[in-house]
Amino acid sequence: MFGFHYRLERSAMGLVLAVIAAGSVGGLIEIAPLFTIDETVEKAADMRVYTPLELAGRNIYIREGCYACHSQMIRTLRDEVDRYGPYSLAVESQYDHPMLWGSKRTGPDLARVGGKYSDQWHVAHMINPRDVVPVSKMPRYGWLAQNTLETEDLGLHLKAQRRVGVPYTDEMIANAQADAYGQTAPDSEHAKGVAQRYGEATQVRAFDGDPGRVTEMDAMVAYLQILGRLTDAAHSPADKTAEAKR
Amino acid sequence: MIAQLTIQERQSALMILGGLALAGLALAVAGGQDLLAAHGWLTVVCALAGLFYVISGYFEPEPSPERLARYYDEPTKAGVVIAMIWAIAGLFVGDWVAWQLVFPDLAFEGAWSSFGRLRPIHTSGVIFGFGGNALIATSFHVMQRATRARLPDQITPWFVLLGYNLFCVIAATGYLMGVTQSKEYAEPEWYADIWLAIVWVTYFLLFLRTLARRQEPHIYVANWYYMAFILLVAVLHVVNNLAVPISFGSAKSYSVFSGVQDAMTQWWYGHNAVAFFLTAGFLGMLYYFLPVRAGRPIYSYRMSIISFWGITFMYMWAGSHHLHFTALPQWVQTLGMTFSVMLLVPSWASASNALMTLNGAWTKVRDDATLRFMTVAAIFYGISTFEGSFMAIRAVNSLSHYTDWTIGHVHAGALGWVAMITFGSIYALVPKLWNLDTMYSGRLVELHFWLALSGTLVYVFAMWNSGIIQGLMWRSYTEAGTLSYSFIDSLVAMHPYYIARAVGGLLFLLGALVGFYNIVMTIRTASAAQDESDAPVLGAAVQAGE
Repeated sequence: MFGFHYRLERSAMGLVLAVIAAGSVGGLIEIAPLFTIDETVEKAADMRVYTPLELAGRNIYIREGCYACHSQMIRTLRDEVDRYGPYSLAVESQYDHPMLWGSKRTGPDLARVGGKYSDQWHVAHMINPRDVVPVSKMPRYGWLAQNTLETEDLGLHLKAQRRVGVPYTDEMIANAQADAYGQTAPDSEHAKGVAQRYGEATQVRAFDGDPGRVTEMDAMVAYLQILGRLTDAAHSPADKTAEAKR
Repeated sequence: MIAQLTIQERQSALMILGGLALAGLALAVAGGQDLLAAHGWLTVVCALAGLFYVISGYFEPEPSPERLARYYDEPTKAGVVIAMIWAIAGLFVGDWVAWQLVFPDLAFEGAWSSFGRLRPIHTSGVIFGFGGNALIATSFHVMQRATRARLPDQITPWFVLLGYNLFCVIAATGYLMGVTQSKEYAEPEWYADIWLAIVWVTYFLLFLRTLARRQEPHIYVANWYYMAFILLVAVLHVVNNLAVPISFGSAKSYSVFSGVQDAMTQWWYGHNAVAFFLTAGFLGMLYYFLPVRAGRPIYSYRMSIISFWGITFMYMWAGSHHLHFTALPQWVQTLGMTFSVMLLVPSWASASNALMTLNGAWTKVRDDATLRFMTVAAIFYGISTFEGSFMAIRAVNSLSHYTDWTIGHVHAGALGWVAMITFGSIYALVPKLWNLDTMYSGRLVELHFWLALSGTLVYVFAMWNSGIIQGLMWRSYTEAGTLSYSFIDSLVAMHPYYIARAVGGLLFLLGALVGFYNIVMTIRTASAAQDESDAPVLGAAVQAGE
């Protein structure tokens, strides 16, 4: 073996090929099958895509680096389920390009934060976290309420999402900008289109408390309020056997 | 600097910079109101400054053919200084965000200055800015010495070094503006990724071209590691960053991977960035500078072989240990755990190979802070690889994951191993590069060593404590069967450790400042006459340049 190596290390190309060969095996065996084995991601008939407003909120979450302190992945451990709710399923982040599972909890997990607090709580918390949680370490994000949300290119966003595999329809793409507005203005005629395209359960309201204007705060709160609620798969009875086992 | 380039090289420099300016202009125009345009203009400005610089020296006399009998160390010199500048910037931002976790309003309500935007500047600044520049600079030095061949030309190393730094600047300024794809340690967006791929392929070709000119029949072990580093980082970078931009006029893109597949790809990348950037590359440094400084040959050739191939083969399986108990299929988690534990063998083979090399030179370790930097690095390498294998075990990981223990582990590796071996190598390298016997001040090297070591220990012990407390608090139950602590209880318990951590980081930053001052003073001491490279090649003449 060492004699062979003694010859191998005299050839630059030999070393290059050997490094590539040795370095490729692990990735090929662990990653490639995840795309082909059906059980990797469960099927959930009620799984829906993000609305344009929620997607915009998700992009703000990414832009601000929220994932550095908040995970979105509840592990299959008793204390996590007791603290945060049912453990996360693969299908729940099926349309997350990229995923935001996170790696660190300086703040709590957010995988099921949707519906846990009111919109007003979220807005107050963003403006100054210490107003609602006195010992919080989170930065202030008050300026989200001042910034008007950029909605013009939302159609392009949906289109790119479709290209990477998210099932947005032509109609969704064409109405992306109107839907973003509609979701924050329940009394407008655009609101109907949102419910029609994304389901009656879609939350339509002025998330930042101001129906006149679509702000980044609207998008952010809309995103936080949908976390864990794109599908009921994790709560469904079919899952109870697994829970009982635990 | 231009005087070192031949006329043809000056012409190619003008063409490259002209092309870069046009590419930047295209991004700026396509970007319009988008943040992409800011980076387009930034590129144009950098390219124009470069053009101006090349033109201003264009009519200087050509370098003499005598240069071909010497090694080409000018890019190494620049790389060392740039690496130290990034070290200070990256450590400063790191300590700033550490204080933000003590006093949250240290963000001053700015968007750009909030923890989430600054944190990637810290990680990219130290990993890619400091670590990457140090790797490039030392690899230029080592690849020439260990092959006894001069770099094939004068322009490619500059393209690699400066092009790489353009990438780093685009990355860091992007985070400030909120341009990120959120993949940890791969945050820069699609256009920066494409540029890095171009620079990296050029780097690899430069490495191969130098190897092709070698006078030594055998390729030395340090160069195996540099090769694995360059080659496999390219593979990781390209695969993990596959994305579709929403348009060519926008900085925003969407990863082609989603959910569980994306998580696996990301941590395959993330963990192997640790393996091939932060381990393989720096082992290359260790295998060259430690024996040179100690004046002893590497203890065991066979252990070098076992550890090199063990690391190259096994690390690629280990990424899934970042995803224990998640929605990733169990079989992948188990494979990741298994290989992570096995990795202890090649890792400790490297660490003990380094320490055994010091047998017979321990008096030098006592007296020479530079060699002590390298020794402590090898020890921390052993500690943090043991800890890594340990934390990859599922039961341990259930406690440690998501907590500060991970942060402590990373910094035991990053401060104790990566930064220490780099400082040691730089202190060994700088006097050689500038034709001096020693650094400007040996006592300042000593001071830096103790600041770095105490900073690392304070940091790591603080995070071990906070991480384990956090993990235990999260899983504690009362007798009634309810959770003992709310999340916020655990956050309050972290407060003293966050102060300690920020103090440890500050000590480490002070050490780097002392080091930078020492390096600058060393350079100023060096006689201006010795502008050229250092000692000529021993024995046979170096191959003529292209």
